[in-house]
Amino acid sequence: MGADKKAIASQFIAAIPHAQALGMEFTHIEGGRAEARMPYDERFVGDPKTGVMHGGAVSALLDTTCGAAVMSHPAAPGGTATIDLRIDYMRAATPGQAIRTRAHCYRITKSVAFVRAEALDDDEDLPVATATGAFTVEGARK
Amino acid sequence: MTRRRPEPVQVIKQRRDSALSALVHGVPYIQFLGIEFDRRGDELTAVLPFADKLIGNPILPALHGGVTAAFLEVTAIIGLSWAYLWDDIESGTLDVDQLVAGKLPRLPKTIDFTVDYLRSGLPRDAYARAQINRSGRRYASVHVEAWQDNRHRAFAQGTGHFLMPPSDG
Repeated sequence: MGADKKAIASQFIAAIPHAQALGMEFTHIEGGRAEARMPYDERFVGDPKTGVMHGGAVSALLDTTCGAAVMSHPAAPGGTATIDLRIDYMRAATPGQAIRTRAHCYRITKSVAFVRAEALDDDEDLPVATATGAFTVEGARK
Repeated sequence: MTRRRPEPVQVIKQRRDSALSALVHGVPYIQFLGIEFDRRGDELTAVLPFADKLIGNPILPALHGGVTAAFLEVTAIIGLSWAYLWDDIESGTLDVDQLVAGKLPRLPKTIDFTVDYLRSGLPRDAYARAQINRSGRRYASVHVEAWQDNRHRAFAQGTGHFLMPPSDG
């Protein structure tokens, strides 16, 4: 991916209002792979008894990271939209810790991009959640 | 044959609405997204009022896919909790005052959730309803549909599996 495309992808994602609202930031976007981070925030708690963040916030971060991975793929001509996304929740995220996501667009055709992703907190070895999704390839042949 | 005289309608409505409100407003993330629930008897409709912070694609503009996923998941969890608590709310076994005071029951935990994006979410209010297809002691399977202007043109649907809280909790 050229530096210009990378800059465009970063800027585009920075311009997503909901990504801003969740405090997301991208730490790496290149060649069909993307990594992002979302700080712990009490407003995103899903279980007030434990302080664990809501799965929905993790889903939003995973979805955005997957979309960025698709857009950064050398064969992707432009934008993308989610066709479907499945998320498996392996365990509760540890309260107080940021969530980091890693997504890989491992296959792309003229019409569809296939992506896998995982969400981690400070424990590298045991993901909080994993995701698999199919995304559209926009700007390709009609 | 005699039956107990039904409670006055205001008493029933007040108890149900207080319980629902405590359940929904006790979760910070539901508040962050601005989701509310309409109730008719035991039927719930989730309402997501449009807000700029929910936008994912500023050019279209369209709702963020993550917002849609979260909206469906919240609808499923609240729907499942509501169904699970309903009998206790009706019988008075569940102390609604305790609930209102912030002592929330344990909520179901998501095992997995799959979202189908059928069309892009428009920058306007969205609605969703959950259907519980299976609810056992440990596991539940829930389907959710979300729509905007037209009830029969869903813009997203989701299916999830949930781990139910222990019955003593």
